[in-house]
Amino acid sequence: MSTENTPTNGSTTATALAESPREKLTKKAITADHPTWCPGCGDFAVLASYYKVIEKRQLDHEKIVTLAGIGCSSRFPYFVNGYGAHFIHGRAVPLASGISLARPDLHVFLFGGDGDGFSIGGNHLNHGARKNVNLTYFIMDNFVYGLTKKQTSPTSPIGFKSKTDPTGAIDQPVNPMKQLISAGASFVARTHATQVNHMIQMIERAMDHQGFSVIECLSECVEFFPGAFDPANPRKGGAFSLIDEKKYDNTPEDELRHDVTDELAAYKLAQLPFPGVFGVFYESDRPTKNALEKKWIDTTREKLGNPTDLQLLQKTFDRMK
Amino acid sequence: MNETSTSVETDAPNSKDDPTAPRGSIATAPSTGPASDRADLRPENINDAVIRLAGDSQDGIQSAGAFLARLAGRSAQDVMTYMTIPATISGGPSIFQVRMGTGEVLSAGDEADFLVAFYQHSYQDHIGCLKEGGVLLYDSDNVAPDLDDKRFVYVGVPITGLTVEALGGTAKDKGKNIFILGLIAKIFHLDVDKLKALITEKFAGKDESIVNTALMAFQAGYGYPVGNVLTKQYRFEPHVPKEGERAQITMDGNQALAYGLIAAGVRFGAGYPITPWSSVMEILRSELPKYGGLFVQAEDELGAVSLALGFSFSGYLAVTGSAGPGISLKTEAIGWASMSEMPLIIINVQRGGPSTGLPTNVEQSDLFQAIFGGHGDSPRVVLAASTVEDCFYIAIEAARIARKYSTPVFILSDTSLATRIEAFDEPELKDLMIDPTLDLTPRPVGFKPYAVDQITQHVPPGARMLDGKYPLVSGLEHDEMGHPTGSPKLHMAMTAKRRNKLRQLAEEIPVPEIYGDQDGGTLLVGWGSTYGPIHDAVKLARENGEKAGALHLRHVHPLPNGLEKIFARFKRIVVVEMNDQGIYGFGQLATILRARFCEPKIESATKTDGLTFRVKEILERVFEGRSFAARKIPREGLAIVHTGTAPENVKSLKEVVPQGVG
Ligand SMILES: Cc1ncc(C[n+]2csc(CCOP(=O)(O)OP(=O)(O)O)c2C)c(N)n1
Ligand code: SF4
Ligand SMILES: [Mg+2]
Repeated sequence: MSTENTPTNGSTTATALAESPREKLTKKAITADHPTWCPGCGDFAVLASYYKVIEKRQLDHEKIVTLAGIGCSSRFPYFVNGYGAHFIHGRAVPLASGISLARPDLHVFLFGGDGDGFSIGGNHLNHGARKNVNLTYFIMDNFVYGLTKKQTSPTSPIGFKSKTDPTGAIDQPVNPMKQLISAGASFVARTHATQVNHMIQMIERAMDHQGFSVIECLSECVEFFPGAFDPANPRKGGAFSLIDEKKYDNTPEDELRHDVTDELAAYKLAQLPFPGVFGVFYESDRPTKNALEKKWIDTTREKLGNPTDLQLLQKTFDRMK
Repeated sequence: MNETSTSVETDAPNSKDDPTAPRGSIATAPSTGPASDRADLRPENINDAVIRLAGDSQDGIQSAGAFLARLAGRSAQDVMTYMTIPATISGGPSIFQVRMGTGEVLSAGDEADFLVAFYQHSYQDHIGCLKEGGVLLYDSDNVAPDLDDKRFVYVGVPITGLTVEALGGTAKDKGKNIFILGLIAKIFHLDVDKLKALITEKFAGKDESIVNTALMAFQAGYGYPVGNVLTKQYRFEPHVPKEGERAQITMDGNQALAYGLIAAGVRFGAGYPITPWSSVMEILRSELPKYGGLFVQAEDELGAVSLALGFSFSGYLAVTGSAGPGISLKTEAIGWASMSEMPLIIINVQRGGPSTGLPTNVEQSDLFQAIFGGHGDSPRVVLAASTVEDCFYIAIEAARIARKYSTPVFILSDTSLATRIEAFDEPELKDLMIDPTLDLTPRPVGFKPYAVDQITQHVPPGARMLDGKYPLVSGLEHDEMGHPTGSPKLHMAMTAKRRNKLRQLAEEIPVPEIYGDQDGGTLLVGWGSTYGPIHDAVKLARENGEKAGALHLRHVHPLPNGLEKIFARFKRIVVVEMNDQGIYGFGQLATILRARFCEPKIESATKTDGLTFRVKEILERVFEGRSFAARKIPREGLAIVHTGTAPENVKSLKEVVPQGVG
C-alpha cells in the first residue's frame, strides 16, 4: 500500500471527485424502500430524524454508511439510499468497527434493537465500547422482540407477559445506561421516539463525538408492547424529564447541574426509576482506537523510513536467509 | 541417512559387524583432539540426515533445531523439520526433528539417524525411532541407556555438567541446547562461521552478554572431542549451485501464510488466539502496521470474522482465521459472506477435533466443515496448502480468487505445517506484490452489484454513484441492488449465480500434475500437509518395482475439471488423509471424490492418531502384503494401528494429550 493510500489517513477519496459538481442532498435523495414497519411503530420517527440530520449536515452522500444487525429496527438500511449493509443478528458492532477502522473518511452509523444489542450482541457492544471505536450506534429499544413476535427481551421489565414468559418476565432487565457507562462507551445518551427534536439533537451530538457513541431510544412496538413508553410521553400524560447539563456559567444553580464528564453522576442518573431522564448521561474524550492505531502505524512507518511495500517485505525475507 | 560416496578407506570398520567398534563406549574424558583430526575415521559423505532432539520444552530444543534448519537453508541444502508443540504451558516433553539433505527433502523422515536425548524419558520414548546403526547422543549426567542393545552407537557426553562449567554456573544448565548445537556442528562438519552468525543475529539487540554466553556454550560443545567414539566422519555432500539459483529462505508454515497474505496485498484482518493459529495473527498484528494496515484482536471469533467482513466491505480484502473451535463460531458470518458475496480469506490451521479435541496434534478433519459448514446453499472456495512454501503461494492464490469471484475462500493448513520449518527458494517478490488501492472513481448510471448475469463486484463506499442509486449488501435474499426479495424466481436465479461462479472458477484451475507413473498402477491422492510422506511413499514404492503415482489437490473445492480422466487411467485410487473413515468407511476427501465422480475404484486410507503420516505407514496401508511395505516401526505416542484400544497402544498418551494448551 503506497503511503498516499494509507487507509487510516483518510485520504482515500479520488481527487477528481472533489471537483465534480454536487447537488444538494435532499430527503428524497436518501430515501429508498418504503419501510415495512407496522403503522405507528416508533422506528419511523427514528428514520425521519436520521434523514433530517443528513439533510441538515449535508454529508457527502457516498460517505454515509448505514449498518444494522437483525430485527425490525435493523431493517433500517433498506430504507436509506446510501451505502449500507444488513448483517447478522447481534454482530453489527464489530462489522461497523472494521469499516470505521479501515476508512476514517466515512460516516459510520449503526442501527439495531435491544435484543440485537444487549442480548446476542452484548459482548460485542461491551468491547466496541471499551475499545472506543469511532462510530455512532443508535439502539431502538422497545423492551421486546418485535421481529420474532413478542418474546421477552433483555430490557423487558419484570412482570412483562410475553410468549416466552406467559406469566410475566422474571429476569432482571439490563439497564442500558449503566451497562454502556461501565463498559466504557465514551458518549452515552437516551432519547424517546416521540421527541423528534431531542432525538435529532442527540444524533448530531453523537455524530460529532469522536469515539464510541451510543444512543438508546425508547421506540414503541405498537404491535407487541403498546403504551410501554407512555410514562415518558407528555401527550399520553407522562413526563419527559430532561437532564439539566452544566452550563459553566458560574451561577449557583450550575453547581447542581449534571456534569457529563462525571461518570459517577451519570451512573446515579441511570439509577432513577423508570421512565428516568433523557439527554446526555456521559461524555469523555478518551482517545479512540482509530487514533491510537493510526499513531502506531504512523510511528512504525516513520521509524522504518516510510519504505515501499516491496522494500519492506524484501528486507524481511533477507533476514530469513 | 543416505550414504552416497564412500571415498578413500573403504575397508574401514562398520560399527554393526565389527567387534572392535567402540559400541557402547562412553566418551567422558577429553582426549586427542577434534573429530576431523582423526585419521582412522572413514570420511562419509552423506546427502541426507535426520536428527531428532528430544528433551523438555524449556531446554530450547526448538531454537537449536531452528538454527540447524536455517543453516541448512543458508547452505542451500533442503531442510524440513518436525516438532511437537509442548504439551504443557511450560515444561513437558518436546521434540524437534530436523532433516537436512543435499537433494530434495519431502518429509521430515520416519526414523532418525541421530537421536539426542536430554533425559531418561527422552531416551526411553524415542529410542524406538532411531535407525538401526544410528547414533544415540545422550546427556550422561541424566541418561543411562541400555548399552546391551547392540543396534545403536552410544555417545555419552556430560552435557549438563559441561554446559554449567562452560558458562560459569550462573546460567544453571540453560545453554545446553547451544552446547549440543556445537556438538552437532562438529560431528557433521557444519559451517561454524555461518552458525555463529545465525546465533549472533538471533540474539542481536539483546544484552551483549547473552550473545557471548551463547557463543561460549557453542564453542564448548564444538570443542568437545566427541569424534573419539564415532566410527564415521559425516560430511554433507557439497551443494553445487545451479545457474540462476535463488537464495533459500527458511520459515514455518504460519509465517509463510502471513507473508503470503502481505505479498497478496491483504492489509487488514482480525482474529482471536487459539493454538495453532495464534502465530499467524501475532505476526500480522505487528507486521501490517508497517504496511499501513491493521490487524485487530477481537473479543471472540464471531467478532473477528465480523471485523474482517467490515474491512472487506470497506474495500480492503481482509483475513480472519482460527482452528476448529473458532471456525465453528465464525460459521454464521461466513454464510453471510457467501450470501452477500463478500470477499474474505478464512484460514483454518487444523488440529485434532471435535470440540477442544487434541489441541496440539495434527488432523485433517475440518474439510467437510470448510466446504459445507453453515446453513443453506452457501458456496465458498476451499484451498489446502501442501508444504511451507505452498503456504506462501496459496495465500496469494486465495486472495486472487476472493477478489475475482467476490467470495469467501478457506485456506486449510494444519499443526504440522504451522510448526515445521522448511527452506525454499526465495519468491520473486516484485512479480508477486499486489497493491491494494481502492478504486473510488464514480460508477456509471445503472450500476448493480448483484447483476444476475455477471460475477458480483462490490464498490467501496466513498465512490459516487452517478445515478444517485446506492447499492446495499445483504444477507437476505436480494435483488440486483441488494434489496430484499421473497421472489422464488430471484432466489433460484441468485442461488444459481452464486454457484455458477464457482463452476467458472473450476474451469480455470489447472489440473494437477501427477508425480511418478502417469497410469496403470496405484494413484495415491492427497491434500494438505501429507504431500511429503505421500510423495516419498510413491518414490519408495516405485523403487521397489510398483507402478504408482501421486496426485495432490490444492484446490479442494471446487475441484479442478478433468480429474475423471486421470482416475480412469489407474487401476487403483487410494485417498490418503488424516481423518476418520466415518460410518461409511471413507475419509472426508475420499467421500467427496466418490460423490463427485461416482468412481467405485476410490479407496480410502485414514488415520486418527494425531501424528503426521510416516512414509512406511502409507506404504503399509496402500501396498499391504508387499514385502517392502511390511516392516512395522514402533513409534512414540499412539500406535499406528487404530483398531483397538489395547493399553499398549495408548501407553504414551500422556505425551500427545496436552495439559494447558487449548
Ligand atoms: C442467530 C439468530 N438467532 C435468532 C434470530 C431470530 N431473531 C431475529 S430478530 C430477533 C430479535 C429481535 O429483537 P430486537 O433486537 O429487540 O429487535 P426488534 O425486532 O425488537 O426491533 C431474533 C431472536 C436470528 N435472526 N439469528
Ligand atoms: S412488530 Fe413492533 S417493532 Fe416490529 S415493526 Fe411492528 S411495531 Fe415496530
Ligand atoms: Mg426489540
